[in-house]
Amino acid sequence: MASLWEYANPVKFLRTSERVLPALWILSAACLAVGLIWGFFFTPDDFRQGSTVKIIYLHVPSALMAINAWIMMLVASLVWLVRRHHVSALAAKAAAPVGVTMTLIALGTGAIWGQPMWGTYWAWDPRLTSFLILFLFYLGYMALWAAIEDPDSAADLTSVLCLVGSVFALLSRYAVLFWNQGLHQGASLSLDKEENVADVFYLPLLVCIAGFVFLFFALVLYRTGTEIRVRRARALTLRAARGA
Amino acid sequence: MMPDLGKYADAVLSAYAVSIIFLIAIVAASLITGRKARAALESVEAQEDQNDAH
Repeated sequence: MASLWEYANPVKFLRTSERVLPALWILSAACLAVGLIWGFFFTPDDFRQGSTVKIIYLHVPSALMAINAWIMMLVASLVWLVRRHHVSALAAKAAAPVGVTMTLIALGTGAIWGQPMWGTYWAWDPRLTSFLILFLFYLGYMALWAAIEDPDSAADLTSVLCLVGSVFALLSRYAVLFWNQGLHQGASLSLDKEENVADVFYLPLLVCIAGFVFLFFALVLYRTGTEIRVRRARALTLRAARGA
Repeated sequence: MMPDLGKYADAVLSAYAVSIIFLIAIVAASLITGRKARAALESVEAQEDQNDAH
């Protein structure tokens, strides 16, 4: 089996990602179509939430991916800081816009659900607040990449920012366990059968989560390939300018 | 075919609309940027091949 570090080679990474990407695009489109159609058209209303329960098929997977995207960026940033593989720094950079989109969807759908259920679009609840801070960290991370011209310095500084932001990514996930005074309910998915959502909602939710996971990986692989090409074009242009 | 969403129809439909718009936007932006980067690299590589040939 090939070592994971072989993919630190940009050529090998591009070749492999181009082989894997068509399957990932198809799987994400299929899972999202099946999961969302199943959830929207073929599941009943909840006895308390009414039809707003259908929002979980978007809210839960996007919130899950918003946090996991940051965790993926953390791992890639650590690989950059320790082993100086450019592909890992570029993968972290590529994941940030995808993560911020997932965070926006989670915040937007949460607010839309909150108005009829809680009577307000927003509350300074621990989980909501830590999610908002995570969103601001995403914006700061992307702004820092854009602000620094030297790519290695940008990768160093954004990696440190990513380490700091990880506190809020973890807080977003566990805030409901640390503080009980918030409005936000506990996890929708749990290994404890008593705490889990009912089976009728659970299966389409799992399909939607799979769709979001496949979409995330497809987007990150594709965008990392884009970053590699931009970096290579820049290096060739600089070399040509020096040679002229 | 359309399920009866009752009094929460606006909330449910707007949540789906907002999410689908964001998902389409990130996919479209990624594809457009990717195609531009691919074309730019091909152009720079072609230029480099020409310079090497001379």
